[in-house]
Amino acid sequence: MPSNESTNAMTPADVDAKIRTLIEPFNKKGIAIEDATTFAGDLEFDSLTVMDFVAEIEDEFDVIISMNQQAEIENWGQLVAAVHKLQDS
Amino acid sequence: MATAMNDTTAAAEPVDLLAKFDPIIQTREQLLAAGVEDPFNLVMEQVLSPTRAICNGRDTILLGTYNYMGMTFDPDVIAAGKAAMEDFGAGTTGSRVLNGTFRDHRDVEAALREFYGMDHAMVFSTGYQANLGVISTLAGKGDYIILDIDSHASIWDGCAMGNAEVVPFKHNDVEALEKRLKRIPEGAGKLVVLEGVYSMMGDVAPLQEMVRISKAHGAMVLVDEAHSMGFIGAHGRGVAEEQGVIDDVDFIIGTFSKSVGTVGGFCVSNHPKFEVMRLVCRPYVFTAALPPAVMASSATSIRKLMHGGNKRAHLWENSRTLHKGLIELGFQLGTETPQSAIIAVMMPDLEKGAMMWEALLKEGLYVNLARPPATPAGMTLLRCSLCAEHTAEQVQTILGMFERAGKAIGII
Repeated sequence: MPSNESTNAMTPADVDAKIRTLIEPFNKKGIAIEDATTFAGDLEFDSLTVMDFVAEIEDEFDVIISMNQQAEIENWGQLVAAVHKLQDS
Repeated sequence: MATAMNDTTAAAEPVDLLAKFDPIIQTREQLLAAGVEDPFNLVMEQVLSPTRAICNGRDTILLGTYNYMGMTFDPDVIAAGKAAMEDFGAGTTGSRVLNGTFRDHRDVEAALREFYGMDHAMVFSTGYQANLGVISTLAGKGDYIILDIDSHASIWDGCAMGNAEVVPFKHNDVEALEKRLKRIPEGAGKLVVLEGVYSMMGDVAPLQEMVRISKAHGAMVLVDEAHSMGFIGAHGRGVAEEQGVIDDVDFIIGTFSKSVGTVGGFCVSNHPKFEVMRLVCRPYVFTAALPPAVMASSATSIRKLMHGGNKRAHLWENSRTLHKGLIELGFQLGTETPQSAIIAVMMPDLEKGAMMWEALLKEGLYVNLARPPATPAGMTLLRCSLCAEHTAEQVQTILGMFERAGKAIGII
């Protein structure tokens, strides 16, 4: 994959900011989110919440995050890194 | 957890692999401590007909057995099974690809080809294994499976057993399916997995749109028609037939343990290379073939279902009557209209659901208590499945039982 810098390529910080707005309606207890914040543990996401949240991200970035990829994503930092990589490819 | 023994030995502390199920054990104990009859330990001491049994000592109307067409006591079905057992013995003791294919295994596959008007049919030992085997074999590494989030456990397990990328979409949401299909990398193999009737709520999928969109994006389509065979569609071939898209479906999965009234699973297809599945599908190869009696009974039942017009009409009458009656009593149902032979009655929570289930059992009515993780969105349901052999009087009796139990428990 050639790394020709497209002008609208998002930085990890951009991706982080975008997903932060998407997660708001799902973060019902208003838990402070850091890189190490986990979805199943800290945010208490059940499988349906995960599906809805993932669908929001997929629609926003026009990507697919398969269940196989989701299985590797446990915390916020991993999610931002994965989405950044997906939307960049 | 120090004990005298640990104190004297240097052996590593054993990890109890069953400890992870402690929350489930607790929930169950709480339920039973409340005095409820165990909903998951019911015994049918005698089965009197497709619609009546002696359950835990009581004469009970069966409204939760998926025995849609009432074929379990059909005299021809029983006679065919008896004869095959006499002539071919009790079991096959072998895999279909070695010594486990008898005359009647071939015959039941012929009956399925006749029933569906398709070129190929492959019989598995259960419906679960049919989904497990076909899905895990079709979609391999680098391929994509796009499936409804409310898919049956056997579909999910088929995904887990293969190496494909698994992409779920929101239940029955045509747009969500299309968006995902669009994003899949060009050139990747795609299998869209749908069900005709979803067994928890008894709702039907918009297959016409979904199959069209899947085909437009170059995907192969598999439809599980377990809960529609025999009574939905002009020939009883299911929802895909009813909605006019059966010719565009690549694989139909079904079961013998519902309308056919026996046990076993199958896949039918017109794909010219389908027969190779017999060699490469592990849940087909590495298990024993069904007993000859089951095969002969199933073949007879399938052929009788091809001429079951009157029974089908009566089944639909029963479904409409029960649905309307329950709504009038004030129960909340899974679908606004009767879409299949399944009617899901929504319960406020597991405790009330279990109490209602028990109250109905004491009235003499058996329904399924369905709860998470089998149900979507953490719901507790009392799931009713109607039978073509339920009489109109029985349906009225059932409504009376629901009314008394619902008032006693305070749900209506």
